[in-house]
Amino acid sequence: MNALLLRDLRLAIRAGGGFGLGLAFFLILATLVPLAVGPRPDLLAPVAPGILWLGALLACLLSLDRIFALDAEDGSLDLLAMAPLPLEGVATTKALAHWITTGLPLALAAGPLSLLLFLSASALPWLILALLVGTPALSWLGTFGAALTVGLRRGSLLLSLLVLPLYIPTLVFGAEVVRRGAAGLPVATPLALLAAITLGCVALLPFATAAALRVNLR
Amino acid sequence: MSVWEYANPRRFMAVSGRLLPWVAGAAALLCATGIVWGLFFTPEDFRMGHSVKIIYIHVPSAFVAINAWFMMLVASLIWLIRRHHVSALAARAAAPIGLVMTVVALLTGAIWGKPMWGTYWAWDPRLTAFLILGLFYLGYIALWSAIEAQDAAADLTSILCLVGTVFAVLSRYAAQFWNQGLHQGASLSLDAEENIADVFWLPLVLAIAGFTLLFLALVLLRTRTEIRRRRLHSLSLKARLA
Repeated sequence: MNALLLRDLRLAIRAGGGFGLGLAFFLILATLVPLAVGPRPDLLAPVAPGILWLGALLACLLSLDRIFALDAEDGSLDLLAMAPLPLEGVATTKALAHWITTGLPLALAAGPLSLLLFLSASALPWLILALLVGTPALSWLGTFGAALTVGLRRGSLLLSLLVLPLYIPTLVFGAEVVRRGAAGLPVATPLALLAAITLGCVALLPFATAAALRVNLR
Repeated sequence: MSVWEYANPRRFMAVSGRLLPWVAGAAALLCATGIVWGLFFTPEDFRMGHSVKIIYIHVPSAFVAINAWFMMLVASLIWLIRRHHVSALAARAAAPIGLVMTVVALLTGAIWGKPMWGTYWAWDPRLTAFLILGLFYLGYIALWSAIEAQDAAADLTSILCLVGTVFAVLSRYAAQFWNQGLHQGASLSLDAEENIADVFWLPLVLAIAGFTLLFLALVLLRTRTEIRRRRLHSLSLKARLA
């Protein structure tokens, strides 16, 4: 598992791995929104939590189709399937590698970007915490979607259609944490629900992912 | 004699062929009775006036839209556990019908909402959850049509259906958490103290039964079509080999 994780991380960081791509996309989105709706702080501040969460969602989506597609192309996925590591373990490792290369940097980059959108300073810790808690669910769900569409040649469009509806609960609770944080309300309930979704995804989805991979490798 | 015998496509074709005209006839009869009764022979609601009558389309279609997904869930489970092809085909056949019912429920709701709420659309939890259900149907249908290998498609869509059910229900409650409702609460429950008045209730129940039978008839028809299409496919393959 460690070897696979290191290999995936190395592949993602080296040229053409798309490591910086998600971050760049996040930056561009935070730049484009004020250009589209106008630069007034009273306009941007209320929508900032939603925009940042939406940006995280879409940036996460960008790199999903690489999770299994490249491995399926060069045959390493077959090797992984025959390795002593069970496919559930492969799925978990892949999702973890995806989170480390997209979710984690996104959560850390959200701080500076929230300045561009005039998010109130009191909400910033909650934004970073919510992203840290919520983005693993996005990666695990995305890995599941990628496993479903790995056999398809033009799967990436279908992948977004499959995965985005699954992201809805995470988005709702994640944005709610930040909104309540910005308004100074207690955030424990949505944060706990967000954590519950993430933990449920981490615990159960690798089984579904592995089942989908087995079907696609048949 | 067990219910699994109908998993044999030949048995299924024989039985469903005999059943289909009856189910379709009963569906037509009940739909017509319920809707005609509801539209022409019920009093107007004292606050909503004539517009209340769209309930005879709105509620049955919403009922079928939700239960179609659960039927797909059960069929997917049967396919994953017992590998009965008819079951997978029935799940596949139900999806477009469920999608159409979702769209009908949303459209009639919008038409009803304009005079009553003053808006076609509100981000009410029920409305939002229904829209999300429509998205799940879209994803399911898209995945079915994208994969060429039939058994793999059945497997993958079944897995998607299981995971999707969990997240559709989660979304339902997440939406409730996120915004307050404009839609009225349940008024047809069996255990509720106060339901809608009997004059509206009877035709409504008839219409719901009619829509359910209509759904059943359409699923049978579409499953039969799909079985025939597969037979045709295998026959043409055989003919090409010979």
